[in-house]
Amino acid sequence: MPGTWLFLILVTLSVLGYIMGHRKAVSVSGGSNRVMHSLLPYHGWNVGLATFLAGLFVMVVAALGRALMGVADGNNIALSVLTLAGACAAFYVTHARIERGYRARDGVEKMIRVILILASSIAILTTIGLVLSMLFEARNFFGQYPWTRFFFGTNWAPNFRGDSDLGMLPLLWGTLYVSFIALMVAVPVGLFAAIYLAEYAGPKLRAVAKPLLEVLAGIPTIVYGLFALITVGPILRDVFAIPMGLGESASSVATAGLVMGIMLIPFVSSLSDDIINAVPQAMRDGSFGLGATKSETIKKVVIPAALPGIVGAILLAASRAIGETMIVVMGAGAAARLSLNPFEAMTTVTVKIVSQLTGDTDFASPETLVAFALGITLFVITLGLNVLALIIVRTYREQYE
Amino acid sequence: MNDMRIVERDVDTQAIKFDCENVQVYYGDNHAIKDVNVRIESNTVTAFIGPSGCGKSTFLRCLNRMNDTIDICRVEGKLSLDGENIYDRKVDPVQLRAKVGMVFQKPNPFPKSIYDNIAYGPRIHGLVDSKADLDMVVERSLRRGAIWDEVKDRLHAPGTGLSGGQQQRLCIARAVATEPEVLLMDEPCSALDPIATAQVEELIEELRTNFSVIIVTHSMQQAARVSQRTAFFHLGELVEFGKTGDIFTNPKDPRTESYITGRIG
Repeated sequence: MPGTWLFLILVTLSVLGYIMGHRKAVSVSGGSNRVMHSLLPYHGWNVGLATFLAGLFVMVVAALGRALMGVADGNNIALSVLTLAGACAAFYVTHARIERGYRARDGVEKMIRVILILASSIAILTTIGLVLSMLFEARNFFGQYPWTRFFFGTNWAPNFRGDSDLGMLPLLWGTLYVSFIALMVAVPVGLFAAIYLAEYAGPKLRAVAKPLLEVLAGIPTIVYGLFALITVGPILRDVFAIPMGLGESASSVATAGLVMGIMLIPFVSSLSDDIINAVPQAMRDGSFGLGATKSETIKKVVIPAALPGIVGAILLAASRAIGETMIVVMGAGAAARLSLNPFEAMTTVTVKIVSQLTGDTDFASPETLVAFALGITLFVITLGLNVLALIIVRTYREQYE
Repeated sequence: MNDMRIVERDVDTQAIKFDCENVQVYYGDNHAIKDVNVRIESNTVTAFIGPSGCGKSTFLRCLNRMNDTIDICRVEGKLSLDGENIYDRKVDPVQLRAKVGMVFQKPNPFPKSIYDNIAYGPRIHGLVDSKADLDMVVERSLRRGAIWDEVKDRLHAPGTGLSGGQQQRLCIARAVATEPEVLLMDEPCSALDPIATAQVEELIEELRTNFSVIIVTHSMQQAARVSQRTAFFHLGELVEFGKTGDIFTNPKDPRTESYITGRIG
């Protein structure tokens, strides 16, 4: 709570800074913008923003310093005093400097740039922190469990009393198998849908169909999971698995893959549609002008021109498929298994991360720490896919510009 | 290349290629082309001139039915190529466009290699049976496009990596590769610098030996340099059509005179 109060006081002080800065500017200039270097509101903003940023800066530095020196809690008063002192100092300095020639506008623009830099670095720093914390825990895990058995072990049998087999290959296999089936569904359907929407559909149909398709992307994956559990799973089992003698499980790789594929269709089609639309009309005209039909034009000019972007879209879809959890839990089951039969229950890396960390955990035994090793493996795989997608898209993007 | 140069020939005895009678074009409610009658001869360069928005590009695009791709566009009247009405139900616009090639205002090479750009048309229309034939067609087309010497060592480099003028000559070579009878050019030099323009104009003069060329241009000097026939369009009407020399030195219609002396447009 004191933190919240401190923040509120800081905000109030900044607002006060704006008002007083503006007032002083008005009195200095006599209410006319023309005699000042900067417009009057800039003087207000300058004081307000400087107060806020200085307070925030002191607060963060003081909090970090306290944490580093290992001072216990209860020193909130010192922190608050320091913060407010910093804010007031900035207030005083900027307020005192207001005069006709003062370049408040430049100051405001610098501070806005600082805010933008802060916003973008928070995302990056968080990612780095995330990776570091996972690496740290994963290192603990590999201190207790040989990495060769983890990466090349074919048996996954965690046992909370110790002495578990924690080979990740069955999980990785399940992940790749489910993702593969999902992409087999999503890529052709999504791509054809995109081609239809971008090249053939009239403007009216397009105006209706495209948002409709994108609604699919907004459905929570747990709903897809329910669909897999109560509809697709039993149907696949009764129609294919049992008559073909391939198993009696309603949870299967095929179920999860199929439903996940449906989930990915709007993803693939929406991205590909944008990319196909970005191919210049001049390309199509050039092809028509040579006597090519519409489908020849699409096949030989539009798709090749859009291909890098489409590949990028597919790789992005693949990394989503690999990271998907809910549909797999409900559709594919939880049995770690190395099998080619698509109608058998299998499981994926993400599902096992969840199951290793739910319940009472002490983050000391290899059975729980393995989740971090799995997490970092998954992170590396999807990161690799995303980087590959970005490289492909960037390398070939300029070809038709 | 210069040995292919042909001295100015008498064009008066050429056969009629396009015969257009009472052509009307509408964009929705807008009457864009009004009552155009024109006869375009083979082995002749015909220039369409006129102020912006006068309908010259629209009329050009009627000649290979490129306007079909625009939903609200409607064409009436009789346009015949070698005596056959090209807007007849029996005519496949795709086949027509193979006979009436087109070069656009902005160079638009496909994002493929130079070789594949040229080979595109012949492959689609099945004009060649073997790789060796295709190689030959590609070389011949690039030579006709007056760009062979510049690209012969990098046929498999992307066509988009060429300079603007080279790209435009590549596009001309690409249009030539399908062996059209007529070549339509929609302001082919407007995106080019003077040197590239000169190269393309020289090329147009050479193309006349094999094709009938129709060129839309904003530059009256260009029309005077490259064409034997000139048509002047104004507000959707064909004001005057005749020998280029007559149009520029002795125009019959006062509007033509105003335009070429710079008073309208």
